[in-house]
Amino acid sequence: MKARRTRFVAVVAAGLLALSACGDAGNDSDDGADGPDVEVEKQDFEAGTRMAELQKAGKVKIGVKYDQPGVGFKSATDDDPSGFDPEIGEILAAKLGIDDDDIEWVESVSANREPFLQNGTVDFVIASYSITDDRRKVVGQAGPYYVTGQSLLVAKDDDSISGPEDLKGKKVCSVTGSTSIKTVEEEFGATPAGFDTYSECVQQLKNGSVDAVTTDAAILLGYAAEDPDKLKVVGEPFSEERYGIGYGKDYPELCEFVNETLTSAFEDGTWKEAFDATLGKGGAEAGDPPALDECA
Amino acid sequence: MDFSFLQDSYELLLKGFWVTLRVFLASGLIALVVGTLVAVARVSPVPAMRVVGTAYVTLFRNTPLLLLLFITYYGLPAMGIDFGFFWNVSLAAGLYTAAFVCEALRSGINGVPLGQAEAARAVGMPFTMTMTQVILPQAFRLVVPPIASVFIALAKNTSLVAALGLADVAFRLQGLLRDYPNSRTAAFLTIAAMYIVIVAAISLVASWAERRWKVESR
Repeated sequence: MKARRTRFVAVVAAGLLALSACGDAGNDSDDGADGPDVEVEKQDFEAGTRMAELQKAGKVKIGVKYDQPGVGFKSATDDDPSGFDPEIGEILAAKLGIDDDDIEWVESVSANREPFLQNGTVDFVIASYSITDDRRKVVGQAGPYYVTGQSLLVAKDDDSISGPEDLKGKKVCSVTGSTSIKTVEEEFGATPAGFDTYSECVQQLKNGSVDAVTTDAAILLGYAAEDPDKLKVVGEPFSEERYGIGYGKDYPELCEFVNETLTSAFEDGTWKEAFDATLGKGGAEAGDPPALDECA
Repeated sequence: MDFSFLQDSYELLLKGFWVTLRVFLASGLIALVVGTLVAVARVSPVPAMRVVGTAYVTLFRNTPLLLLLFITYYGLPAMGIDFGFFWNVSLAAGLYTAAFVCEALRSGINGVPLGQAEAARAVGMPFTMTMTQVILPQAFRLVVPPIASVFIALAKNTSLVAALGLADVAFRLQGLLRDYPNSRTAAFLTIAAMYIVIVAAISLVASWAERRWKVESR
């Protein structure tokens, strides 16, 4: 009995150790302070619009990811999230006349982005949020402010996978959604592994328990940049994901505002600066700013 | 309600259903075998076996399943023992459910009239033979309904494995929620229907077994 208990305690301890080891991932991320300094400007918005309301309130709630280095990331020790998405959020807030310090960041995991917008938990969602028809039925999406595509992250020393066509029979992990896993599963014959966070996917990739992680290249590049000795992104993107800015469907006027803000950020170079300070650090090129969708 | 996502996703859902079913069958088998062994240990004449049996039930019945899953998912590989995602999580679910199978079965064993065991002993049967030939066959038929409940609980508990490396139906649900925010209610109902299919099958098997092994007027 005593021996059993000792062994049980050892197993629990090992389990906890493994858990705490996961929690450490990415502690040394930058604090995002080196993004562009955007000037806070007080525009004259038409009374009654959402922009005027937000400007008057003097604060804005923005939903971002907390677990995607380079895109949207915040460790337990950081005060504010860092990454390309929060930088875009700061640009947007500045155009509303709201300072960085008055932005309330809210962690938005993929599944709660629409509910957050619908019930007003956040004013905007900027969280690697691809524009799709189905989403536009329930929320507003303006943009895109960035275009990326589904790609593959593999172990640095793995030469057996150089593109999606090498995935047959390989264990592939994705938490993006049913469409991206469907592509690798049905078109390329991969075996899916189910997890609920990207960090767990990447951890299992490092352990060797899965062979590849698939999701948007932007997200994968962030992970690869964090651990370039162990991870690499391979192959050309095999889908097109257009990241948009989500807003409540009750405020259609926000679409024009977001588009104007993005257009000026494209033109005055703050968009590229924001990119270079975050995603660009991993060696990715900003390229040309994407063409914006017209507001309905 | 919008079920149009099914057109694109039914194959994925069926694959997820198959994973759920396999985890259920594997952990159910582990639960039945281990649960029976532990139940026998708990009624055995050897005190050490009884202590081990009681300790097993105390440990596994009183630990949250999620914690057990973490132990086999993170703990075992950390100690260099790794059976792969499928067996790691099936083991946890199986060992957890075994404690409940054991207790249900023990109540069945206790429900077999004492005279049966005494008669077996009187004709010279050893303990193992008394158990396998006389007591357990009668005990099992007594506990079909409670064991069915235990298995129904297991079928639904398997949804916890979605975050631990297996692409089961619960994992597919998360994917659908992300891609089809307009069809959330429909997605929930579809997944619920899949669990109901498994549970209904268990109930059918249970009522068949009950009829088949019915004890004529006792």
